[in-house]
Amino acid sequence: MLAPLAALGRGTLAALAGLGHVVLFALSTIQHMLTPPFYAKELAQASLMIGYFSLPVVGLTALFTGGALALQIYSGGARFNAEAVVPTIVAIGMVRELGPVLGGLMVAARVASSIAAEIGTMKVTEQIDALVTLSTHPMKYLTVPRVLAATLTVPVLVAVGDSIGIFGGYLVGTGRLGFNSAAYLTNTMQFLEFWDIASGLVKGAVFGFLIALMGCYYGMNSGRGAQGVGAATKSAVVAASVLILASNYVLTEVFFAA
Amino acid sequence: MIELKDVHKAFGPNKVLAGVDLKVERGTSTVIIGGSGTGKSVSLKCILGLIRPDSGQILLDGTDIIGQPSDFLDRFGMLFQGGALFDSLPVWQNVAFRLLRSPRKAEARDIAIAKLRRVGLKPEVADRYPAELSGGMQKRVGLARAIAADPDIIFFDEPTTGLDPIMAVVINDLIREIVTEIGATTITITHDMSSVRAIADRVAMLHAGRIQWEGPIGDLDTTEDAYIRQFVGGLAEGPIEAIR
Ligand SMILES: Nc1ncnc2c1ncn2[C@@H]1O[C@H](COP(=O)(O)OP(=O)(O)OP(=O)(O)O)[C@@H](O)[C@H]1O
Ligand SMILES: [Mg+2]
Repeated sequence: MLAPLAALGRGTLAALAGLGHVVLFALSTIQHMLTPPFYAKELAQASLMIGYFSLPVVGLTALFTGGALALQIYSGGARFNAEAVVPTIVAIGMVRELGPVLGGLMVAARVASSIAAEIGTMKVTEQIDALVTLSTHPMKYLTVPRVLAATLTVPVLVAVGDSIGIFGGYLVGTGRLGFNSAAYLTNTMQFLEFWDIASGLVKGAVFGFLIALMGCYYGMNSGRGAQGVGAATKSAVVAASVLILASNYVLTEVFFAA
Repeated sequence: MIELKDVHKAFGPNKVLAGVDLKVERGTSTVIIGGSGTGKSVSLKCILGLIRPDSGQILLDGTDIIGQPSDFLDRFGMLFQGGALFDSLPVWQNVAFRLLRSPRKAEARDIAIAKLRRVGLKPEVADRYPAELSGGMQKRVGLARAIAADPDIIFFDEPTTGLDPIMAVVINDLIREIVTEIGATTITITHDMSSVRAIADRVAMLHAGRIQWEGPIGDLDTTEDAYIRQFVGGLAEGPIEAIR
């Protein structure tokens, strides 16, 4: 009779323990981030891998999203003769919400998986052990550069995505919906506030941190063999995506609920 | 200088080490033999702090190093059984990994190439990536990495497995040389009896989680120990079961 309850309790405890491990891992990452040695070359490499090479996928995502958003707002706005809000809503929607969230999710798919697979493979082939025997701390050499790189570059990706998304809205607005080009741009700029943009960039930094953290966490805790690495990769992407959406809600609540 | 005292380690129900006692003197070459899966690699990893024993003591120059900060690893070199080369780095950076993070940074590449030569690899190999090398070449790169920074304690986990007979002799000679000329302390794991005879000052046999026999190399052929007799003779009949 108590069996279902016990199972529920076990599940809850396991989930809490997992959460505790992630929090400890995050704290340890931050601690190692602040103490030498620092690996500048690894940081540069990780920034290139995470930031630069994610530009195409983030750019394309933003372009199509901005375009679709313009169409949606136009047809929705037409119900109460408010078609003119298209530029403003596209801009606010992109920089506050869709730029960071969709950009973050795309980076999560690309980066959390590749980090988890790389570090997981290193774990399975004893490369992590080898690092330790060569007096190099795996957290400092592998985790810190990736987490730092993602925290710094994802906001930049978000800024680029925001611009491209607004440009996508502009293309559809002027090309398909008959907006005047100059008026579209004026409207975009007029109502956009500094905090709209800044909040999106802060979200980007948080998402970047979470993405790389999940990749490293699941990679470092990968099970043995190819199966272990596969499972780690999948878990990293799922966890990063869920954390992005959950933290996005929390951040939005903190930033805009007042 | 390295001493294991009653070291125990189990992975779940699998009791791998059940009271290992072993003493390794400075400047000597100890070879560990024993059946596959008896915990030879696990023993080395316990000393290096990569695996934490459940109980017992591991003394390095008299101080217990279990759970201690891994600063002592500066004195160690390790050849992993599977090579464990960093596949994101070219061969020479693998070999020079420790040097590149030390004051000897400027000469790191030259030293790496010299060490590669010592393990029988041409300088051309230096700029290739580990994935482009054969298994035996990877093993030798791992060996070059283990000795690159001239550590005073070196562990070799199956250094000649997967090498051709000629290369195996080269590597045996190299390990012997490192002990006699540089005075390093080494522990080598091997299944190859000709390696044992070429490398060892002392031999220890691991069986059923404990050191079954330990003694100087000269006693290997004269001992009455049934386990050693069976192992050295490669006999199917004896106290060691074929299915483990
Ligand atoms: N990280 C680990 N987790 C769980 N079990 C392990 C782990 N490492 C080793 N084992 C187990 O410990 C036992 C001893 O392994 P070990 O690698 O030390 O064997 P070995 O004596 O080196 O054998 P071989 O000669 O085949 O290399 C094996 O049963 C292995 O399954
Ligand atoms: Mg082994």
